[in-house]
Amino acid sequence: MKKRLLALSMAMIMAVGSLAGCGDDKPAGGDPTQAPADNKTEATPTEKPVLNEDVEVVDISEEEEGKVLNIYCWNEEFKSRLEDHYPGYSKTDATHGKIGDIEVVWNITANQDNAYQNNLDETLLKQADAAADDKIDLFLVEADYALKYVDTEYTMPVTDLGIDLKELSTQYKYTQDVMTSSDGTLKGVSWQGCPGVLIYSRAIAKEVLGSDDPADVQAAVKDWDTYKATAADMKKAGYFMTATTNDTFRTFSNNVSIPWVNADKKVQIDDNIKKWVDDTKEMFDAGEIKSSADLWSADWNSGFQRDGKVFCYFGPAWMINFSMGNAPGSVDEDGNPKPDDGTITFEGGWGATEGPQGFFWGGTWICAATGTDNKATVADIMRKLTVDKDIMLDIVAKDSDFVNNQPAMEEAATNDAYAFPVLGGQNPLAMFANGAKNIALDKITAYDQGCNEEFQKAMKDYFDGNADYETALENFYAKITAKYPALSK
Amino acid sequence: MKKKNRSVVSYNKWGYIFLIPFTVTFIIFQLIPLVSTVVNSFYINYRDGLETVVKFNGVQNYVKIFTEDHVLRNFGNTMIMWIMGFIPQIVISLLFAAWFSDPSLRLKGQRFFKTVIYLPNLIMAAAFSMLFFTLFAQEGPVNNIMESIQRLFGVLKEGEAYTPYDFMAHTGSVRGLVALMNCLMWFGNTTILLLAGMMGIDTSLFEAAEVDGATSNQIFWRITLPILRPILIYVMITSLIGGLQMFDVPQILTNGSGQPNNTSMTLIMQLKAHLYSKNYGVGGALSVILFFITGILSLIVFKFNGRTDEYGKA
Repeated sequence: MKKRLLALSMAMIMAVGSLAGCGDDKPAGGDPTQAPADNKTEATPTEKPVLNEDVEVVDISEEEEGKVLNIYCWNEEFKSRLEDHYPGYSKTDATHGKIGDIEVVWNITANQDNAYQNNLDETLLKQADAAADDKIDLFLVEADYALKYVDTEYTMPVTDLGIDLKELSTQYKYTQDVMTSSDGTLKGVSWQGCPGVLIYSRAIAKEVLGSDDPADVQAAVKDWDTYKATAADMKKAGYFMTATTNDTFRTFSNNVSIPWVNADKKVQIDDNIKKWVDDTKEMFDAGEIKSSADLWSADWNSGFQRDGKVFCYFGPAWMINFSMGNAPGSVDEDGNPKPDDGTITFEGGWGATEGPQGFFWGGTWICAATGTDNKATVADIMRKLTVDKDIMLDIVAKDSDFVNNQPAMEEAATNDAYAFPVLGGQNPLAMFANGAKNIALDKITAYDQGCNEEFQKAMKDYFDGNADYETALENFYAKITAKYPALSK
Repeated sequence: MKKKNRSVVSYNKWGYIFLIPFTVTFIIFQLIPLVSTVVNSFYINYRDGLETVVKFNGVQNYVKIFTEDHVLRNFGNTMIMWIMGFIPQIVISLLFAAWFSDPSLRLKGQRFFKTVIYLPNLIMAAAFSMLFFTLFAQEGPVNNIMESIQRLFGVLKEGEAYTPYDFMAHTGSVRGLVALMNCLMWFGNTTILLLAGMMGIDTSLFEAAEVDGATSNQIFWRITLPILRPILIYVMITSLIGGLQMFDVPQILTNGSGQPNNTSMTLIMQLKAHLYSKNYGVGGALSVILFFITGILSLIVFKFNGRTDEYGKA
């Protein structure tokens, strides 16, 4: 019996040991003598710092360039921008390219399950000890977690790359606000702007509202009360206002008066977020929203199909291009016209209008990693993609993106050559340009990504009727404090 | 006498030498992580942004697990979903094993079916789970089939809209799907194990029973099962430990949320949530608690099944 017990306990030690393996890639207990480093991260902004314009530009013309340019990103978007638009870039294979003598190495890790940031974090923490050719030179971040990197020494001020802030004057201000650290230095730039609009199905608009003209549709969705009334009309006609309960989230979460996390690292719920919950619950219970599934799920994009019965989506330019998909009449890589895939997109059946409230969603920023040995190349990529007007207009024409260049966008807004085929020939750039000017990003924190995701997940229980609001809120607090132990309720 | 002793000693030496690879691997990959997990469970140790916070915390992590971390709720969820999957799994496996091992049935194509029932286990749990997620989505094929059936039998009138059933929004359906997947994935494995046990039973016992006029029911309950007991204990303990570590299927199916209202949140899913910020302190404490739960439950199963009875020592 004793022997059996011993064998059993050994078996258990092994079984649990295999568990322990995944929870631990650090030496025992870390180093308890190491001073807690939490005093440095107290700078959660309540007031967004102002960009300090008065910085000396570092002259890097004498510095020698490394042989390898390592780029960290999470999808093919930036890679295709470089391949298509950066002069002198030549593609070697799927993950390699060349700019002059410099070899470009793409390290693409998908965003799913935070894999991109985990990978990036580990590599950045080892950056100081890495060989020059293995160091990250350039990486991309999103607004939801940009501050996590901007407020550290792992990102370089763009002035240290030899870029004068005056060169960047054509960019939309909010794109620089995101990348401004708490001491007022600019740490990164973006080639795109992501003001969001309401994207609607023209066929349904014609049938229910009597017109698919953006101005007429706007009248039916001009504020949230009108929006709700229109949703009721849609329901009567057998259509849904939006595909999922989460579609409208960004329009509310971008118009808040307090940030998710305050200076004491306490999580707080803004009144406008609460309004999202109330409005959405009301509409979902009334059957005006198709499902409570996640964004990006099959239930979400079911509305892209002609028989999807979904009136509208909320999204920025990249969603029109990336999600609504392939423009009709355009050709695939072999030059053949794309087949009719049964989507509204194929007929150019979408329209765009401002919607009830302005918002922004997503966007990708280019950061230089501290320790890069390719400062000149990184600076040149930043200049070419985020300042050069001709290249940026090329991006608009080819990729239906909204670029971060005010004069270029104002010019393109009046030019029919830049109309979006997906939108049936409508040119939404004026709308985007107007939206981009009004975006305020003074309420962002380093924890927004987790807060946004977990809040939407937690509220699903409330919408589905599986929990009351208080329980769903408690669940949210539990999830968010587990995700970010530094935060408290 | 002297010579004999020496040969024993030299054989022992080889025994130890052969054990070295295992011992070294065990110490590096199991024992050290295990000890460090226990040590970590007494520290605050997590990432905030790119900074690592480390501080001694006493037993506060354990207190937190029981007060804020809902360990009992998650344990309950895990056990419910395990039992929901394990009962059909063991019944089906016993039935198949009994059929396969019964020479009087002369089943054809045994090898083929043994392979087929094992196949679901070869698919990655994550892929399997993703597949079910897609199948049971509101716009998925299962809802389409349900709609067609209702239209076929006139439950749904012409022109009446079909309201899809949201499998992911109901506790019963989510737990049921998790249990179904676990059952499908593991019944083949269990069948093979039980079959091996049954083939090992001396056929003269069955023949003797038949000569004495026992029915096949009696043979199964009074001969096969009691002799199979050691294998059954093994199956139960391994399945229990596997069940407590249930993770990939519900994680992928609910996208880590344990929806609805945390009713499909398992212990390891909670552990995974802590590892988002590399929280080795609370995560370590949860692992240690899981270690004890596993130990206690295994002992119970072991005691329960290990008693001796009229058929001899188990």
